Amino acid sequence: MRIGIPKERATDERRVAATPESVQSLLKLGFEVAIEEGAGSASGVHDDDYVAAGATILSQDKILGESDLVLKIQPPSLDEIACLREGSLLISLVQPERDPARLPALAARKVNVLALERIPRVTRAQKMDVLSSMANLAGYRAVIESANHFAGLFSKSVTAAGSAPPARVLVIGAGVAGLAAIGAARALGAEVRAFDTRAAAREQVESMGAAFLEVTLEESGDGGGGYAKVMSPEFIAAEMALFRAQAAEVDVIITTALVPGTRAPTLLPEDVVDALKPGSVIVDLAAEQGGNCVFTEPGQVIQRKGVHIVGYANLTSRMAPVASRFFANNLVNLLSEMRTGGEFRVDLTDEVIRPAMLVYDGEILPAPPRKEPSPQAPAKPKSVAPPPREAKTAQTKLQSPARSAWVTNVFGMVVVGLLFLLGRFAPNAFLQHFTVFVLACFVGWQVIWSVSPSLHTPLMSVTNAISGIIVVGGMLQIHGDFSVASVLGALAVLVATVNIAGGFLVTHRMLAMFRRDGGAR
Amino acid sequence: MNTGTITVAYLIAGVLFIRSLGGLSKQESARNGNYFGIAGMVLAVLVTAVSWATHGLSGTAIALLTSSIAIGTFVGAGLARRVEMTGMPELVAILHSFVGLAAVLVGLSSYMAPSPAAAVHEAQTDSSHLVHLVEICVGIAVGALTFTGSIVAWAKLRGSLSGKPLLLPGRHVLNATLAIAMVAFAMMFAMAPTPSAGLPWVLAITALAGLLGVHLVMAIGGADMPVVVSLLNSYSGWAAASAGFVLSNDLLIVTGALVGASGTILSIIMCRAMNRSILSVVFGGFGTGESKTSAAPVEGEVREITSDSLAQRLADAKRVIVVPGYGMAVARAQGSVNELCRTLRDRGVTVRFAIHPVAGRLPGHMNVLLAEAGVPYDIVREMEEINHDFDTTDVVLVIGANDIVNPAALDDTASPIYGMPVLEVWKSALVVVFKRGMAAGYAGIENPLFFHENCNMLFGDAKKSTDALVTAVRAK
Repeated sequence: MRIGIPKERATDERRVAATPESVQSLLKLGFEVAIEEGAGSASGVHDDDYVAAGATILSQDKILGESDLVLKIQPPSLDEIACLREGSLLISLVQPERDPARLPALAARKVNVLALERIPRVTRAQKMDVLSSMANLAGYRAVIESANHFAGLFSKSVTAAGSAPPARVLVIGAGVAGLAAIGAARALGAEVRAFDTRAAAREQVESMGAAFLEVTLEESGDGGGGYAKVMSPEFIAAEMALFRAQAAEVDVIITTALVPGTRAPTLLPEDVVDALKPGSVIVDLAAEQGGNCVFTEPGQVIQRKGVHIVGYANLTSRMAPVASRFFANNLVNLLSEMRTGGEFRVDLTDEVIRPAMLVYDGEILPAPPRKEPSPQAPAKPKSVAPPPREAKTAQTKLQSPARSAWVTNVFGMVVVGLLFLLGRFAPNAFLQHFTVFVLACFVGWQVIWSVSPSLHTPLMSVTNAISGIIVVGGMLQIHGDFSVASVLGALAVLVATVNIAGGFLVTHRMLAMFRRDGGAR
Repeated sequence: MNTGTITVAYLIAGVLFIRSLGGLSKQESARNGNYFGIAGMVLAVLVTAVSWATHGLSGTAIALLTSSIAIGTFVGAGLARRVEMTGMPELVAILHSFVGLAAVLVGLSSYMAPSPAAAVHEAQTDSSHLVHLVEICVGIAVGALTFTGSIVAWAKLRGSLSGKPLLLPGRHVLNATLAIAMVAFAMMFAMAPTPSAGLPWVLAITALAGLLGVHLVMAIGGADMPVVVSLLNSYSGWAAASAGFVLSNDLLIVTGALVGASGTILSIIMCRAMNRSILSVVFGGFGTGESKTSAAPVEGEVREITSDSLAQRLADAKRVIVVPGYGMAVARAQGSVNELCRTLRDRGVTVRFAIHPVAGRLPGHMNVLLAEAGVPYDIVREMEEINHDFDTTDVVLVIGANDIVNPAALDDTASPIYGMPVLEVWKSALVVVFKRGMAAGYAGIENPLFFHENCNMLFGDAKKSTDALVTAVRAK
């Protein structure tokens, strides 16, 4: 089977769907590989490198017209579709919603079409998910572009000439791109906050080290598949208020909010943009889908009242070598998955492949019923019912003296009453000892609560040893003569000494074992 | 030596004991704490010996004293040197029993031949005589109860006695009867005209208290041993304190009270950690709740993981937490676990240990075992310190633990362990449970954790699994 990889002809597209490494992997899978002349030059790969890896170099007509399998990145243009061979399989981004003529043209040409963006975001398909791998790069690049246009410092700086606080970055939409942006901005030293309508995002945002912002309104924005859904008007109003307040504080805003299949939501209207300080930067990752900011010009950087608004359409293309490599690896993973049992075929019963197949055998396939779990971990595993209302939210505090002041107070009153009774009737000598006893109990109570739980075993053995103080009592009972009382006393001394010697020694042994990290071992 | 000197010496000894316990609050000061304790003890014994020698110096007495001290020291040192750290619970239990025994012996002896110090105030009034007799009764009863209770606990810990609770029908009635009988005998004892007439009664009280001790501890199951051992620890303190009342010796009273308070606090912590009420522990037979079934039956599939793929996950992880339980001690896997920990740390993985207060058979038992294996103590964390960190952890290894990681304790009101604090391991990205089979934990309940989506099982002996894992990680 022959795979053809054409040069990408879309404007500003520098990536290519194969690298020399991916060519080698494809050859190992049993495919022949042909590459269009100059396909890799914008990604820094020469035709010779492909040849060295085992590919042949052909012209565009031959690549499109004679391959069984065409691997591309950008959706095919109508010209390209016209060149494709009948019965061949095209694997690329297709995005039929952007150009309604595309699918009918492909169907008419009887080309089978696998749309990479339609691969469901399930665990098994993660390694083939080009949207994730590209979004990851785009998120990173967005931060770099913002840093490029930002007039200040990203990291906190303290110098002899004065100091500057770290840049404050707001990331809106904590999907793959948003999380990558958070990571990159944090790595540059910025203080990062992030907003997402999906509750599941909070944990991920916080794990990346950013603060999670939220509006006071309760509404889950989880639209399935790791995307957010369109929210209610009340929610959007609250959201806008939050963004306005944030805009006054932050230096950089990176928006990544996409809702699949429709225009990107407008998150930064005029008044929010006006609230930004001059010198601030907005990077709009949704520029291609209409932009999250009202002023975004797709493919351009504009300046408005001192604020840069970056609307580059294809950020990953600006990192073509690495983006090509990731994209090509996704494709290799996809093809090896489709090549089960030694033969390559399109399995329409496969839950990963079926949703991505848009055209098969000249027919436009209807979308299969959706059942997509979120690509990131769902909030709660299914097997566990949500905790009942009265469930404890906080765990019991172990290391604190008293839990209920009320009980303690009542108990204390009773004890005080009993003590007065005792004082009225008990002999003086007893009361003196009793005073000592009660005070000692309190001292013990105060001292022991501060003992570290990790030392509870040594604590027990030390108390074992010191309760051997009863040896003193035994000694006082040994009298001059050899009486029963003396022998009992001597026995008491014996067992008490076992305690003293055993307790102290074993404590010593144990404590000697506790070592700090980096100590002699 | 005059009384004032002795009193001051005892005061200093008492202060040293307090400093000794206070020293244990931190690892850094713990060793000094132990030395303070030794110093206090030496001081007290020396002063007592000198004062004793000035009172009743005779050949027999000196021979008796020195030989008992010599034998006692020899036996104690031998025990301490030879004991394995996994055997610490047994040692602690048997040492408790010695304190109880000594309290009984001292009580009996002082009844038969009052020491000079006690005799002074005893002769004064009728009421103080009565108080003294009550002190003797209480001292002997507490001592005997501690003695037999600790012996039973020791036998259960060693496995000589079955860990299953012995539940006699009407056991609470039996306990109450024993207690009432003891009070009755004590009254007979107090009314006895001569010491020889009172002796049978006090011996009877000793026997009854011993019986009570046996019965109380027999009714307690093996997994509840941390609570029992702590409780006996406090009893041994009260026994020493009551011996102090008998002998009118303030040092004994102070020390006994310190130990008693310490044991009480440990018991309270253990009870909170196991979600028991302290009263049900004191009266025995707890931890045997009637309902053993959770209201929500757990359904789902258990996923296994191979040690090879686990090794890969560990090698890729940034943060790993190990949760050891008694199963690790049983399999003697602590050495291998330390090996794994070191291998991972050498690769730059942050490894920490999370210790639940009731993991093991003794408060703090896991810490001692890990310390013995060579795990640095500053990466061994308490439950409350580390519970917030699980959601940022990549892999959690649960080794030989079950109930202490059971999420049902937090959200299943029908669960017998509902309300017990647990380690929230399920919040991490991956939980791997090392287990011999699918048996339930000591509480006898299913663990829904095993069916969580992010939980995998690694079946087999903990030591062998860990060793295989070390080899696999090194190969990565």
